[in-house]
Amino acid sequence: MDFELSTEQKLILETVRRFVREEIAPLEADLDPDASELPPHHRERLVAMTKELGFYGLDIPEEYGGPGIDLTTRTLMAFEMAQHRAGLYAPCYGVFGGAGLAQLYEADDDQKERYLYPVLRGEKRGFFALTEPSGGSDPARAIRTTAVRDGDDWIIDGEKTFISGADKADFGIVFARTDPELGRKGITCFLVDTDMPGFRVRRIVHTLRSTHYAAELEFNRVRVPGRNVLGEVNQGFAIANDRLSRNRIPYAAGCVGVALKAQEMAIAYAKTRKTFGDYLSTRQAVQWMIVDNEIDLRTARALTLEAAARADAGKPFRTEAAICKLVASEGASRVVDRAMQIHGGYGMTKDLPLERWYRELRIRRVGEGPNEIQRLIVARDVIGGSFH
Amino acid sequence: MTGIRLTKPWRDLDEVEVALLPGQLGVFEIADEEGSTLELGFAGGHSRFGLRSAIPDAAARHEQAARFRYEVTMQYWSRFEELLAVHVADHGEVPAGNADRGDRRIGRIAAPGS
Ligand SMILES: Cc1cc2nc3c(=O)[nH]c(=O)nc-3n(C[C@H](O)[C@H](O)[C@H](O)COP(=O)(O)OP(=O)(O)OC[C@H]3O[C@@H](n4cnc5c(N)ncnc54)[C@H](O)[C@@H]3O)c2cc1C
Repeated sequence: MDFELSTEQKLILETVRRFVREEIAPLEADLDPDASELPPHHRERLVAMTKELGFYGLDIPEEYGGPGIDLTTRTLMAFEMAQHRAGLYAPCYGVFGGAGLAQLYEADDDQKERYLYPVLRGEKRGFFALTEPSGGSDPARAIRTTAVRDGDDWIIDGEKTFISGADKADFGIVFARTDPELGRKGITCFLVDTDMPGFRVRRIVHTLRSTHYAAELEFNRVRVPGRNVLGEVNQGFAIANDRLSRNRIPYAAGCVGVALKAQEMAIAYAKTRKTFGDYLSTRQAVQWMIVDNEIDLRTARALTLEAAARADAGKPFRTEAAICKLVASEGASRVVDRAMQIHGGYGMTKDLPLERWYRELRIRRVGEGPNEIQRLIVARDVIGGSFH
Repeated sequence: MTGIRLTKPWRDLDEVEVALLPGQLGVFEIADEEGSTLELGFAGGHSRFGLRSAIPDAAARHEQAARFRYEVTMQYWSRFEELLAVHVADHGEVPAGNADRGDRRIGRIAAPGS
């Protein structure tokens, strides 16, 4: 596949690269190493800059006012935007704006007015609640939260866990079982406001990641009006899966981005650090770590771009998206691990971003569908059949 | 549900107790004589001596500071956010020493018993 960049792409990437190096990276020197937000005055200043550049709301579809950037260019930008300490889960601290939860684009006009547009205007935040204590890899079977019809309303009972950002959200997309007999065809998707009586955030689930940390939720007879059903009753699983493959591509790109930076750091350090009278870069053991990094990086980069290019061309890309997600998350983990090894003791410290990337990349092998599930998707596609 | 609030024992804010503080990262609470919270804070990756420097630094901002308690944790960032949210659930507002958060949102947690 030929990935010769167009003049426009080169210009965009140069702009983003400069933005990360000149605007984001210097701020991180003063922020706590685990910070996931910018102080409000810096945020406002940088949002104004991205708006000026025409990059704000990058992921918003063009018909909703987004800049209409294709997925390949978006992927290339994601490689750049992740190249700072918080870059994996908070690329550029969100100053390029968000697109909101993908499922909101499936909403009806009334729901778009109440949820999608306020999200796009930055007035509301949402969460996505699929996973339950009974499991997340196979939600069609694991979901135990129920929604029972009561007149025009639905009554939701149950619990969810590992739900990112739920404690700071105004509403959530919640999947509940509406027909216990129908398996994956018995799940419905609801828009639940966090001030509805019976909804509680029980606690924060502390993990390796502090950005958009996860929470445990309780639904105790939460009464939800019928107009808050997102999509069709019993068709919620299709909504859960919607855009899942597409999301895996920028997800992979973030992994590639931090790995690119880790490799740059490893090379620079190996060329300046001396042991036993010579530079680390002269030692074959160190050279091979850098070479293995390069192989992991180029593989992940190429596969991610291939998935993006297929999606842009309107070709099927589910297999490619699954492959790039797992290759990038596993490859980037190895790259960061080797970069830490080359940095010795300093690699383990909070003075450098490597330890944060190491922790957060570990989550990438489970998030957005564990890598075993990605392998399952590929197996289904290449072998055929519907085994699980 | 247990473990959401800081339940570690209070310690007097004096040189002896401060000298005994660990250099690790973690979260803490500074209070006045009556036990009213003045500030919730964390010793993060930039703190010179972890809790041992972050607690006296924070206490120095409050004339009425008389005691403190702390919890060692590497997940200080999300734990700090959790403590702030629980304080708001219990008291309706953040402690005076945390009022400088600008427009940064506080999470909403239904504290046990509420
Ligand atoms: C920090 C964080 C944030 C999260 N945010 C959200 C969120 O916002 N919303 C949300 O809904 N969920 C969220 N999750 C949940 C995440 O999507 C799930 O953890 C994930 O889907 C796996 O589900 P599980 O943890 O229940 O593991 P299980 O489903 O119990 O699986 C356990 C392990 O078994 C293996 N496995 C499972 N099935 C197979 C198989 N068929 N073959 C081989 N191996 C298999 C995998 O290795 C898997 O990791 C988050 C998780 C974390 C850690």
